[in-house]
Amino acid sequence: MEKESLDKLKERARRIRLQTVKSLGEAGSGHPGGSLSLVDILTVLYFQVMHIDPKDPSWEDRDRFVLSKGHAAPALYATLAEAGFFPKEELLTLRKLGSRLQGHPDRKRTPGVEMSTGSLGQGLSVANGIALAGKLDGKDYRVYVTLGDGECEEGQVWEAAMTSVHRKLDNLTAFVDNNMLQIDGNVEDIKSLRNIGARFQVFGWNVIEIDGHNMPEIAAAIELAKATKGKPTMIIAHTIKGKGVSYMENALDWHGAAPNAELTQKAMGELEGDVRG
Amino acid sequence: MAKKMATRDAYGNALVKLGETNRNVVVLDADLSKSTRTSKFAEKFPERFFQMGVAEQDMMGTAAGLAVSGKIPFASSFAIFATGRAFEQIRNSIGYPELNVKIAATHGGISVGEDGASHQAIEDIGLMRMIPGMTVIVPADAVEAEKAVFAAVEHQGPVYMRFGRSAVPVIFDDSYDFKIGKAVVLKDGSDVTIVANGLMVEPALTAYELLKDKGISARLINVHTIKPLDVETIVSAAKETGAIVTAEEHTVVGGLGSAVCEALSENYPVPVRMIGIRDRFGQSGSPEELFREYEMTPEHIAEAALDIVKKKSKLRG
Repeated sequence: MEKESLDKLKERARRIRLQTVKSLGEAGSGHPGGSLSLVDILTVLYFQVMHIDPKDPSWEDRDRFVLSKGHAAPALYATLAEAGFFPKEELLTLRKLGSRLQGHPDRKRTPGVEMSTGSLGQGLSVANGIALAGKLDGKDYRVYVTLGDGECEEGQVWEAAMTSVHRKLDNLTAFVDNNMLQIDGNVEDIKSLRNIGARFQVFGWNVIEIDGHNMPEIAAAIELAKATKGKPTMIIAHTIKGKGVSYMENALDWHGAAPNAELTQKAMGELEGDVRG
Repeated sequence: MAKKMATRDAYGNALVKLGETNRNVVVLDADLSKSTRTSKFAEKFPERFFQMGVAEQDMMGTAAGLAVSGKIPFASSFAIFATGRAFEQIRNSIGYPELNVKIAATHGGISVGEDGASHQAIEDIGLMRMIPGMTVIVPADAVEAEKAVFAAVEHQGPVYMRFGRSAVPVIFDDSYDFKIGKAVVLKDGSDVTIVANGLMVEPALTAYELLKDKGISARLINVHTIKPLDVETIVSAAKETGAIVTAEEHTVVGGLGSAVCEALSENYPVPVRMIGIRDRFGQSGSPEELFREYEMTPEHIAEAALDIVKKKSKLRG
């Protein structure tokens, strides 16, 4: 994939946020906060890093992406539409009966969705399996997976974290979208994951901490991951929940509630007027 | 005396054969490979064997990832841990995405014996049967177990197979014809039908002889595949014999008996008696002692059959 300029990437991220908010407003339910916090990572992955072919979603040498924090589906769908896996108009069918865009990702329905997710804690295991198959088949594809920070309270994440290291899965790069909030409150209050990077480091991961909204930092971290041999890389991305919409930023209430028509317009106005793009 | 072999041994042997013929077959185990017999595959094909440690949930997710990538993973553990500990992983990461994972669980039922209730899965078949699209197979002997494994590989989609710990008589010979979803009428009869599977098939054969001695003509059907259920064969038996006894090494809540009753209620209701575990946990003891304690012997099956034949006659007036 040819590298895009930073300005172009920022413009894509802005459009993806806009489509994310618009589809959530239309759906009337869903998870804006953790979708918006992930957009810059998704943008770098899909438009700067991953080898993919939107015309051939099951191309066997493609890089693979697993959205372990499946509730960020609206951001993934908007990214896939931006990449051309399906028409953007389809984003307005999100969560509606018969739609290819289910509330949480469904690999059987949606072109470009590698794995069905939504129940937290399971994606890293799946990504390990894909990475193992890649090694077994002598393939060069790389596997990317994004976890939520609250998701790391699931025991299976740590079972899987041991597997990634034990199997030396250096073809695997994981992200924690570390937005510090989960449904019931601050991650710190619910069940502290303080020093989450150190925790993965002790498990044997190559850990990199970055600003998850700084695209050059995201890209540089992925390059470091690619260059790291013999162990998987965990990128702890410090993010802002609801990033890009003023009233949603760091606001707990927007974890799992969609904006009404008025607030959707307000959010879209902000994103459309975002001159930084 | 009939040759004895545990169905888990047949599974282990079948895996090795498959490993030779199908390079997409990979095997995962959660620190029980010596007991599940996947260790045989591990020795022969170490690069295709994944020891996952004591982590069944991670094992199921990893199997899902391997299946996403075109492999045919067999994920093994004891039935209680495979289906109980990892139920939701199987449901959401294997069942819902319709992935081609074969969950091959050993140590099903109370025939586990001395390890006791914590290790005796009596709910596994019910749990797996509830998952949309999941195929559920419970082989009766070593021959059927091997054929089931080969059939599972040919079948596209998730399959649950339950194998036993203890050595049991080999009932079938190599000419035995196994098709997923096709029940096998082992004995024909007209007074009552015994529907059994797994390790209850052999006691049901003995029950058939006991009934014959008492002048009762029993039909015996081996329903090795609980899902998809061979409704046609079961309903025909209901029509032709008018009464059914089910026999399973599982709680009667949700297993073979329930599946048969569901099919009959909707199609052709007849009196049914269920032999199985009745809302109790297992316990330590030898398999023989436990089958007696839980009223699952040939005598119990025959008694239930006699009872229901009487009931049937009364209903007819």
